Amino acid sequence: MTRNSKDAARPGSARKGPPPHFDVDATLATAAILVCTGSGGVGKTTTAAALALRAAESGRRTAVLTIDPAKRLAQSMGLTSLDNTPRRVAGVSAAEGGSLDAMMLDMKRTFDEIVLTHAEPGKAEQILQNPFYQALSSSFAGTQEYMAMEKLGQLQATGDYDLVVVDTPPTRSALDFLDAPERMTTFLDGRMIRVLLAPAKAGSRAYVKVMSAGFSVFTGVLTKVIGAGVLQDVSQFVGALETMFGGFRERAQATYDLLKAPGTAFVVVAAPERDALREAAYFVERLGEESMPLAGLVVNRVHRSAGEALSAERAHVAAQALEEAGGHELAAAVLRVHAERVALASRERRLQERFTGAHPGVPLVEVAALPGDVHDLEGLRSVGAGLAGATTTAVCA
Amino acid sequence: MARVTSTVFATPAVVPADSSERSRYSDKTLTAKPARTGPADGGRPLLTYARDVADFPGVRLHVVTGKGGTGKTTVAASLALALAGGGRKVLLAEVEGRQGLAQLFDCPPLRYEERKVAVAPGGGDVFALSIDPEDALLDYLHMFYKLSRTGVAARTLRRMGAIEFATTVAPGLRDVLLTGKVKEAVVRRGGNGTAAYDAVVLDAPPTGRIARFLNISQEVSGLAKVGPIKAQSDGVMAVLRSQRTAIHLCTLLEEMPVQETIDGVAELEQVRLPVGGVVVNGIRPPLLPPAALSAAEAGTLDRAQIASGLEKAALDAPDDLVDTLVGEAGDHAVRVALEERGRDSLGALHRPTYELPMLAEAVDLGSLYELADMLKAQGMA
Repeated sequence: MTRNSKDAARPGSARKGPPPHFDVDATLATAAILVCTGSGGVGKTTTAAALALRAAESGRRTAVLTIDPAKRLAQSMGLTSLDNTPRRVAGVSAAEGGSLDAMMLDMKRTFDEIVLTHAEPGKAEQILQNPFYQALSSSFAGTQEYMAMEKLGQLQATGDYDLVVVDTPPTRSALDFLDAPERMTTFLDGRMIRVLLAPAKAGSRAYVKVMSAGFSVFTGVLTKVIGAGVLQDVSQFVGALETMFGGFRERAQATYDLLKAPGTAFVVVAAPERDALREAAYFVERLGEESMPLAGLVVNRVHRSAGEALSAERAHVAAQALEEAGGHELAAAVLRVHAERVALASRERRLQERFTGAHPGVPLVEVAALPGDVHDLEGLRSVGAGLAGATTTAVCA
Repeated sequence: MARVTSTVFATPAVVPADSSERSRYSDKTLTAKPARTGPADGGRPLLTYARDVADFPGVRLHVVTGKGGTGKTTVAASLALALAGGGRKVLLAEVEGRQGLAQLFDCPPLRYEERKVAVAPGGGDVFALSIDPEDALLDYLHMFYKLSRTGVAARTLRRMGAIEFATTVAPGLRDVLLTGKVKEAVVRRGGNGTAAYDAVVLDAPPTGRIARFLNISQEVSGLAKVGPIKAQSDGVMAVLRSQRTAIHLCTLLEEMPVQETIDGVAELEQVRLPVGGVVVNGIRPPLLPPAALSAAEAGTLDRAQIASGLEKAALDAPDDLVDTLVGEAGDHAVRVALEERGRDSLGALHRPTYELPMLAEAVDLGSLYELADMLKAQGMA
């Protein structure tokens, strides 16, 4: 069977040396904001929690912010509920003077708070009651990313924390949240907003320009498609929002700047699988374009074998010989297990080498696959130790 | 060289115990004729049934969801191939602009245009389509309001960023547009009055968002109580809630995907959306004899026995190799036990369940055909 041509290993990639080692502890000791990103299902939430716990136990006042509505962080930290307020996590060693607070983002409440802060008195209530506001503030598309960044900024601004670790939303693409602040600004500056505000400012340039662009046809279509009542709701919403545009835009810019500020570091999380590594590669490239600081790549759930000297092929042959001869079922079976493990390890390594071949400068650390999921602080602690302790060369040996 | 494990440890599809559900699956013929042979190297006996009638006979729309990383796109594509077998015509649609289908079928990026991407065994066709909200809106305006796709109003809409605006300010509208196009393909009639597609398979958003994505009337209810949006969403909802639709959930036998599957089923049931089957992906057969599993998990495997086996096979048997093998067997046994627990939890859902093996290599077109065969053999198509 032929492999997908896009997946053909790049000749030469294997000749390059091992990637630089991602020194997790050094990053945890110096960063003020750590953004964990990666595609869904790669253990991002667990990684964020493990990093935060490790930072806390090494003496930093740390907060971890998660967005996932499945409350996975809650599970892995043994907490039963998280809300929009950081809560102290019990059972974290304070021997070094650090602490760990955890919270789960309440997107709607965060949005409401912004409205209350920035809208003119009297307008706030109007905005909060508008059906479009309610749809926008409680939906997942875009708003969640923006609110995550907003909350991150708020947490950092309290001055209560040396380090804020944020687990990015389970978006369609890991890149979405990077665009969120800008998308919000573009949205607020967009032509549609001006069109909808236009009747209120008849005679303004925007209005004239729009009129000449077939505005009547356009509103005719809109009214036909969405109904006049809806159009009125939208207009009212946008009109009310306008009073807080300045504040909004400022915040969106501030959030974006925060992501580029010294002290911010991105950790890209992947699993040794094709799609996850492809997503990681996109993200690494994007961070480069935005001049945002990449601390390193965490490759989670890596399988290795200490006995790779015994190849999968030889193990299979030996197992088969034993099965045919009879009497050594156990040895044959453990050889089959070994063969499967080695085969998986080499498949994962090939995929990883494709990434490092294309991005040779990205510091990388591998975390060994655990048989089960992490449910408690002890589990997070050992993931954290794996993140900090394992060197690529040692694990690959 | 890709090696696809061709044995499937299939749990026979479960006929729901609940009587109201039973009617839906009752015409399934469980002809117990083993379709495949058992594994050569131990493990559980194999139970796979070939059926004359598939599990979802009246279903025209198969929605495939799953937690990220569980292979929902692969399952959607395989299901489309399986459904197309024997000369049928199937549309496979994606809605998140990921181009996951183009990658799987190794073809140029899909657009808002139905394009043939594969031929099924026996002559069926799989068409694929990437649904974009902007194109879906223009398509909708064209169909229902005779608005030219390139006319002044359409150009104005595009130039204004109206669609982006609308979907930003009211994301529910986006889902109405996306599901609206899917519905249109489901109900579309060809020239001779018969259905344009025998089945439509939707590679849907992930489990965590699926109920919200499909329950569009709830999403837009606050926005439009009357008028065209309301009418459109009611029309889409009628198809989604009907017996013509089945929502399948993909999972792995790992704790979180299993939990999300269970939560997802509960959420879908709560909003009265029709749950179909559960596809368990990435199955790896147990390699240790049942008796050895618990000893392996406890780390008490008979080291001497292993060492003598290695010697017999003319392999060096240094202590550290034996240690490694015992450790790996332990990991394996822990995983098998966790998987069994996951299987039990999924079994409690009483849904038709299908299992697909972990592939030794990245999925390509060849393996899609194999997976399609397996789904068919287990009665999903």
